[in-house]
Amino acid sequence: MKARLRLAMATAAVIVMAACGSTTSAPASNLPQSIGPGEQKLNLIAWTGYVESGKTDPKVDWVTPFQTQTGCTINVKFADTSDEMVTLMRQGGGTVWDGVSASGDATNRLIAHGDVAEVNVNLIPDFKDVIQSLQSPRHNTINGHHYGVPYMYGPNVLMYNTQKVNPAPTSWDVTWETNSPYKGKIAAYDNTIFIADAALYLKAHKPELNITDVYELTSAQLDAAINLLKQQAPMIKKYWSATTDETDPFSSGDIVIGTAWPYQVSFLKSENKPVAALVPSEGATGWADTWMMSSHAQHPNCMYLWMKYTEQPSVQDQVAEFYGATPSNAKACDLLRTHIGASADADYHCGDNAFLHNIALWKTPLQNCGDSRGNTCTDYSVWAQRWQEVRGTK
Amino acid sequence: MAQAIVAEGEELHAPPLSPLAAARRRVGLVLHRFPGLRLLLALGPPVLWMAVIYLGALGLLFITAFWRQDPVTSAIVQDWNLDNFRFLLQESVYRSIAFRTVGIALAVTVTDVILAFPIAYYAARIAGRRIRTLLLLSMTLPLWSSYLVRVYAWRTILSGDGVLNWSLQKLHLGSVNLGFSKWSLWIVFCYLWLPYVMLPTFAAVERIPNSLIEASTDLGARWLTTLRRVILPVALPGIVAGSIFAFSLTLGDYIAPDLIGDTEFIGNVIYQSVGVANNIPFAAAYAIVPALVMAAYLLIARRMRAFDAL
Amino acid sequence: MSVERRLIEPLSVRIGMRALTLFVLLFLYLPILIIFLYAFNPERSQAWPLPGFSTRWLVATWNNIEVRGALITSLKAGLGATTLALALGSLAAFAVHRFRFFGRETVSFFLILPLALPGIVTGMALNSAINIGGQLIGLSFSLWTIIIGHATFCVVVVYNNVIARLRRTSGSLFEASSDLGADGWQTFRYVILPNIATALLAGGLLAFALSFDEIIVTNFTSGAEITLPKWIFNNLRLPNQRPVVNVVAVVVILASFIPVYIAQRITQQAGGLTSHPEEEPLPEVAITLPGAAAV
Repeated sequence: MKARLRLAMATAAVIVMAACGSTTSAPASNLPQSIGPGEQKLNLIAWTGYVESGKTDPKVDWVTPFQTQTGCTINVKFADTSDEMVTLMRQGGGTVWDGVSASGDATNRLIAHGDVAEVNVNLIPDFKDVIQSLQSPRHNTINGHHYGVPYMYGPNVLMYNTQKVNPAPTSWDVTWETNSPYKGKIAAYDNTIFIADAALYLKAHKPELNITDVYELTSAQLDAAINLLKQQAPMIKKYWSATTDETDPFSSGDIVIGTAWPYQVSFLKSENKPVAALVPSEGATGWADTWMMSSHAQHPNCMYLWMKYTEQPSVQDQVAEFYGATPSNAKACDLLRTHIGASADADYHCGDNAFLHNIALWKTPLQNCGDSRGNTCTDYSVWAQRWQEVRGTK
Repeated sequence: MAQAIVAEGEELHAPPLSPLAAARRRVGLVLHRFPGLRLLLALGPPVLWMAVIYLGALGLLFITAFWRQDPVTSAIVQDWNLDNFRFLLQESVYRSIAFRTVGIALAVTVTDVILAFPIAYYAARIAGRRIRTLLLLSMTLPLWSSYLVRVYAWRTILSGDGVLNWSLQKLHLGSVNLGFSKWSLWIVFCYLWLPYVMLPTFAAVERIPNSLIEASTDLGARWLTTLRRVILPVALPGIVAGSIFAFSLTLGDYIAPDLIGDTEFIGNVIYQSVGVANNIPFAAAYAIVPALVMAAYLLIARRMRAFDAL
Repeated sequence: MSVERRLIEPLSVRIGMRALTLFVLLFLYLPILIIFLYAFNPERSQAWPLPGFSTRWLVATWNNIEVRGALITSLKAGLGATTLALALGSLAAFAVHRFRFFGRETVSFFLILPLALPGIVTGMALNSAINIGGQLIGLSFSLWTIIIGHATFCVVVVYNNVIARLRRTSGSLFEASSDLGADGWQTFRYVILPNIATALLAGGLLAFALSFDEIIVTNFTSGAEITLPKWIFNNLRLPNQRPVVNVVAVVVILASFIPVYIAQRITQQAGGLTSHPEEEPLPEVAITLPGAAAV
């Protein structure tokens, strides 16, 4: 109990400092002032689809040009959950992996624990073109100190099989309510953070619970979310974390509806499978990813080169078209509009700060609710224990 | 017969030794005089290896179960307590996961023993020499095909558009929904560990002296009776020895339940505990469960003299 | 020199056993056959029936640098682990067979523990030990940590084979050798080694097989090193790489057929797995000790 309180207070202190701090960058004096020569190697942890070298589709490759330009050979490990990313970053005292594409529910843990280093954003020329909301967000900037550069962001969409799901869904209810016609063929994300999705549904359908922030839940609100998840569990065919654990059953027809990343949607569409996706009426959780560098990185220059490279509009445009996520560089949006037309705004909401605000971005639940409720919220370790209850029922 | 080609009056001498051979003999004399030294040299390295690297690591792991983890620094605080165990006993979910894992492991073991016996018996007692060799070869070969690939092969076979459903539809038998279920776990585990059970069973049946079986027949027993009262009891230690692997490998697996199942095993909880803020003390506490279960199984197996049959 | 056995099984039983054997063999090999077929799948989708036949993945696999790198790492780890296991396993077998000492029975119990205890326990224990070793003596995850992990559970495989063979070897041979004037090394080289050679080979091959295909413990001991099973694990989740994985699996199966077959023949000739106690052949030992008169 006491230890968890200390964690909560420590992380909360860090967050509060960020909120009170200025938004102008004030790099510390021991930050590198220039990027040195590359070290020939770069070990990265990334979400599947973020570091493509032609293996999925020979035409989709933004790694080989980087390797040719800088001489840094990339060794990438694809992780499925933020928890996995955090653990991997700490392996070998932080010396095994140089960088990670961390989502908001990992970033603050990494910063608080000292796993990631402050980044001199002046060395990233394209940083100034990043959309306003992502220049100094609380999940990677503390008191004006940047701990990474923003990459891509997007919502967790509701994906469904257009042939087997009729009528087209408009709400998440077909995945939560026990009278769903698709029970036994539903997919769900296999990670603690999925509790927030349950909270999101309850926020819209059970207003008496007074859920305001789906990541800041009191015990009572958490109980309600867990009960909803336990109710859903028998209807789930497979909890996925590796993307193929969702795309395989979707292809074979074992699953017809469920929460997905835009990557799965893009992939199945490229396989000519009958799928479509939407952000339902209740809204969606989502993620904004940041490239962060280990504070004990063995190849820091290559990491800076990679951060500089991936901030470019041309690269982010390629990633967006392949993955389905939205670029954080506003100039990439112009490129995207040139390539895919109106879809850039309709589907990607590229450059739309308001849309970004409406996504409940992944962040680490803390005991400090951040509002008038004080320290009555449940933190991540409690969430993790309760999540185990849900998964243990199957 | 040796003919001593020796002239009269000459004495037989052994040829002079090279310095290396002389040194070897001196060492040999020392070793001969002190058998304890020979024992130390022979037993020392393996015991040291096992003790330091394996038992030491294992002991350390189980000690951490009594410590706890500081959530802020993720460091392990050497603060002796029983919190982890209390938590495990309190939350019913860990009990149900443990029971489920042990249950499936037992089901797999029993199935494998039943599946292994006919082929082992056939190879040991009925088949001719050439076929026996072929059968032995075919029993060992699957061990050389990648575990992961075999699991994935079953994943595609059991999926909605896989071989199984296709065959059933061709036979107008409808379709089944076995993908990602406990049935698929049972089938795949039985499949994976079958060779491990077959080989010791074969060795056990093969070792039974023919005279024993002939004596039973001479005394008037039918084959079934001989099977029940002579063959099975004598082969039992070997069968139990084989079952150890099927049980243990299922008990500790965390990859197959994730790839082709929809359920959580003890191994998955432990694997994830190491992933959630590196909570080694909790994972170690839970890891004691399969260790204890296996220890019990091994002790029973030892009683049944299975170790002599390995 | 095989004694003719009288079959006591009635015909119905013989037919039944044969049928069941065929069924089990089918069960064992059908998925492997399917792996073979999928390796020639022109598409990357996993649906059945396969839309055609294509060898494009063979080419792709051959050109894949990562596969080659992973294969070499696996081979290195396997050889290292097997060597260690051979040394430690035979030493332990000698000790247990030739001497009576306190705790004799428990040695085999402790040797089998790494294999008998669930892999995740072993993996976690080694992982924690390496992390602590990292803090104390700067130990880091590398090929050596993989080898150490593999050797630990491969020892028992060699131990079992060698001690089984030692038990079948008459002890009087060693005494006869000493009586004839051989020192310890000569006895070892000319009497002991030929006797256990095939047991060492069988044990070594099995140890190598164990190490080559290991993933459960290796996940915890390898860090950023990539062995072949780890490569397979990482690439099974990338749809376009799955056919490549299938090809790799086919190559592994085919390539391992030869050594397994050879090991089978050798152990069989030396009365390995197919020994009948009442017809045990006497081992042939080359008696070429220097200084001894030929009889």
